[in-house]
Amino acid sequence: MNAAATYLLISFAFLVLVVVAAVAFVRNRRSRGIDYYADTTEPAAERPEKLLGAPPGEPEAPPVGVLEAERPAPVAGRLTRLRGRLARSNSTLGHGLLALLSREKLDDETWDDVEATLLQADLGVGPAQELVDRLRARARAEGVQDPEAAKALLRDELLTLVDPALDRSLVTHRDGGPAVVLVVGVNGTGKTTTTGKLARVLVAEDRRVVLGAADTFRAAATGQLQTWGERVGAPVVTGPEGGDPASVAYDAVSRAIADSADAVVIDTAGRLHTKAGLMDELGKVKRVVEKQAPVSEVLLVLDATTGQNGLRQAQVFGEVVEVTGIVLTKLDGTAKGGIVVAVQRELGVPVKLVGLGEGPDDLAPFEPEAFVDALLA
Amino acid sequence: MFTSLSDRLAATFKNLRGKGRLSEADVTATVREIRTALLEADVALPVVTAFTARVRERALGAEVSGALNPAQQVVKIVHEELVAVLGGETRRLRLAKTPPSVLLLAGLQGAGKTTLAGKLALLLKNDGHQPLLVAADLQRPNAVEQLSVVAERAGVAVHAPEPGNGVGDPVQVAASGVELARTKGYDVVIVDTAGRLAVDTDLMDQLARVRDAVRPDDTLLVVDAMIGQDAVTTATLFDEGIGIDGVVLSKLDGDARGGAALSVVTVTGKPLLYASVGEKLTDLEVFHPDRMASRILDMGDVLTLIEQAERAFDAEQAARMAGKVAKGDDFTLEDFLEQMQALKKMGSLTKLLGMLPGMGEMRAQLDSLDDRELDRVAAIIHSMTPAERADHKILNASRRARIAKGAGVEVQAVNQLVDRFTEAQKMMRQMGKRGGMPGMGGMPAIPGMPGMPGMPGAGGKRAKARQKAGTRAAKGAKRSGNPAKRAQQQAQRAGEDAQPDGAAPLDPAVLEELPEAFRGLLDR
Ligand SMILES: Nc1nc2c(ncn2[C@@H]2O[C@H](COP(=O)(O)OP(=O)(O)OP(=O)(O)O)[C@@H](O)[C@H]2O)c(=O)[nH]1
Ligand SMILES: Nc1nc2c(ncn2[C@@H]2O[C@H](COP(=O)(O)OP(=O)(O)OP(=O)(O)O)[C@@H](O)[C@H]2O)c(=O)[nH]1
Ligand SMILES: [Mg+2]
Ligand SMILES: [Mg+2]
Repeated sequence: MNAAATYLLISFAFLVLVVVAAVAFVRNRRSRGIDYYADTTEPAAERPEKLLGAPPGEPEAPPVGVLEAERPAPVAGRLTRLRGRLARSNSTLGHGLLALLSREKLDDETWDDVEATLLQADLGVGPAQELVDRLRARARAEGVQDPEAAKALLRDELLTLVDPALDRSLVTHRDGGPAVVLVVGVNGTGKTTTTGKLARVLVAEDRRVVLGAADTFRAAATGQLQTWGERVGAPVVTGPEGGDPASVAYDAVSRAIADSADAVVIDTAGRLHTKAGLMDELGKVKRVVEKQAPVSEVLLVLDATTGQNGLRQAQVFGEVVEVTGIVLTKLDGTAKGGIVVAVQRELGVPVKLVGLGEGPDDLAPFEPEAFVDALLA
Repeated sequence: MFTSLSDRLAATFKNLRGKGRLSEADVTATVREIRTALLEADVALPVVTAFTARVRERALGAEVSGALNPAQQVVKIVHEELVAVLGGETRRLRLAKTPPSVLLLAGLQGAGKTTLAGKLALLLKNDGHQPLLVAADLQRPNAVEQLSVVAERAGVAVHAPEPGNGVGDPVQVAASGVELARTKGYDVVIVDTAGRLAVDTDLMDQLARVRDAVRPDDTLLVVDAMIGQDAVTTATLFDEGIGIDGVVLSKLDGDARGGAALSVVTVTGKPLLYASVGEKLTDLEVFHPDRMASRILDMGDVLTLIEQAERAFDAEQAARMAGKVAKGDDFTLEDFLEQMQALKKMGSLTKLLGMLPGMGEMRAQLDSLDDRELDRVAAIIHSMTPAERADHKILNASRRARIAKGAGVEVQAVNQLVDRFTEAQKMMRQMGKRGGMPGMGGMPAIPGMPGMPGMPGAGGKRAKARQKAGTRAAKGAKRSGNPAKRAQQQAQRAGEDAQPDGAAPLDPAVLEELPEAFRGLLDR
């Protein structure tokens, strides 16, 4: 094929894209306002229950007298561990915001440092600048002079962004059948590990859980989930290597129904959101599952080290499978996971869980205060 | 969403037209834009600061070139600086003079180490080596099984004496792997290790002991292209902890801008060797500094687009189209449909659009687009009769209503398609008049859509060099069914591909290749 023909074809292709885009754009404008959730909402009677973290008002009692090896570590201790680990990682990083703000007065440099801290937490340029602008305005309006008070303002503004009022409870119960949890995300974020950890929490609450190994693609993915299943005491439904993931998911739900299990957690293969074929495959997994039971939760697993690409991931996965919650993994490292702030703001999907390590108990509910403090530490 | 650097700079320089010289104030404004662009591409803040300082210096002292407007001049400087940093030292795997050579793979959890182990093994095997994979990740559930499967797929040997899942000592396994290679005649040992956090001092110590036991010839840090600001901390600590020799960027097949490449190379000073671009074992490419620079700056990887286009469209189809344009025939809805089918083969729309330079303005609208839109439009065209497809002017209201019904869309969608298609057809006609070479920069904008991005002209010797490489790739589509052979050909091709870049990393022709794409944009 000669060069001229190639350029010509690219131009044709480009025009095709522009035309398709124009048609789609008009349609999207038109269709906004339709309530896509209208027929998928859970019945109102069904109260989502708090799985992790104590329901408001009830004190959170760690399980007493159980063996460490058999029972998950108390959930209450987990956040302290999070803080502890993050404190450790910060000593490596050197200066936290605290050090920066121990200056005498608020000057431009201080504000630049605040912005730098936010940027280095992967908050993104736009959100970081907006936040600093708002803070400066507030500091001026409220006559805030000293950095300590400014820090309180910053924490306050960040907390508002993260929104402690969001409902972060995990729906793992359904009347009349098993609750279905679908675990999705790009490659290597921690889906299989999260599936295992989540099963362990459920089993510890005396729920009957079935796991579905719907990653039939990656080498030893099924074996990996089986190991988790043995660890946490949950049966794993598997399929042939290279087989249809949707049919494994379907079988897992069938099995859960036959066993009168309380929940079925389905692990899916890692896939980049840019791969249309793989995203279609994921959409099919969900649709096939829905033939038997409604999907209660679609958890998108985001790696805390992920930068600005995390937002794209959330957008595309959200479009394909209607993500209901984010699991932010690998928060035990030095990364702060600031991209979830943009994800929550843009898409309104709350972070529900955080991953804090590779062990079976290293899963905790997301707590806005702890997250913000870690971001600023 | 993000806007590309070229879009930003074009805006900054809007009032500068004709001035052609950069004042201090201009440079300051420019540096601000560059900073934002780099941060949005996930380059780490300290790296951005150092980088922009250098660009600032060069921009201030830069000679004013008559041929370039200020924005082009700055883009050129930024791009050159990026290529200089990313490609400062390019090299391949470092192998020992006396075998066995030892390669050690390290990185965060889930970065892509095990997959890379398989890819490197396949590459080496096809290069006539006898690699041995060593399963020294005894931590992650079924990591040993994963490596064994990968070894089988690559058709290479694996040393997996311990079951893993918490059982066994990685230092011993690594050491016995090298020993085995020595006695059995494997000439390259690839040690897969468990993912670990750089701040996990116990595990970093363990890795240092593995290193001491095997004395690697090349220690490679595997970095996920999607990583953000943490790249600096992780790379620094891994380098301090075990001393890395080179970096491999993984998952570059996605749409992450990959600013981490710049971060990691800057803080460690170690070269980038390969780009991992997929889950299959053949998805490994030699690292191209100039492509990466364009990607970070969101200048669009036009060259990749060309390669993909050549793969998606067959030669016959291309010739037919070229003939039509040359004869001044009209581009029909039938042709349009054919183009759409080829487009689908090229992969996701957003990814495709991301390759085009200067997509910033349109991106917000195109963001919502996916391949299903192609199907929708195809459905509309499929509902037309052949006569209608050949001449859309006969589409009156009742025909349109029928088509809408047939395709299950609103009639407005049909109207939209016909209107936009008419515009596109006009453009094609103009293109034909200009001799078939679309210098799309001067194209009229489609009403209802924001400005059109520029397209590269066919000039530029580097573009031509790549053109040849791309043709080879297209031929490669009909390669033998033997996967090993195929991989070998691919590796060979990668080597050839690297030539133009490697031979002249700071080729002044870079200007011909890149800002040409901007020229149409900036001068509009
Ligand atoms: N430090 C840390 N490591 C984690 C965490 N969650 C998962 N990992 C590790 O990250 C790596 C990848 O985890 P997986 O669960 O296999 O990830 P995945 O998303 O299922 O990966 P694919 O199926 O290959 O896409 C493993 O080494 C896990 O042990 C976490 O919260 N913290
Ligand atoms: N799309 C894409 N996926 C990749 C690439 N490289 C690896 N992967 C996928 O990323 C996931 C993690 O890869 P692994 O090779 O298991 O990563 P690892 O670093 O060995 O992980 P741990 O051993 O758990 O630390 C898997 O799903 C791989 O298939 C790549 O270049 N592109
Ligand atoms: Mg997995
Ligand atoms: Mg591995």
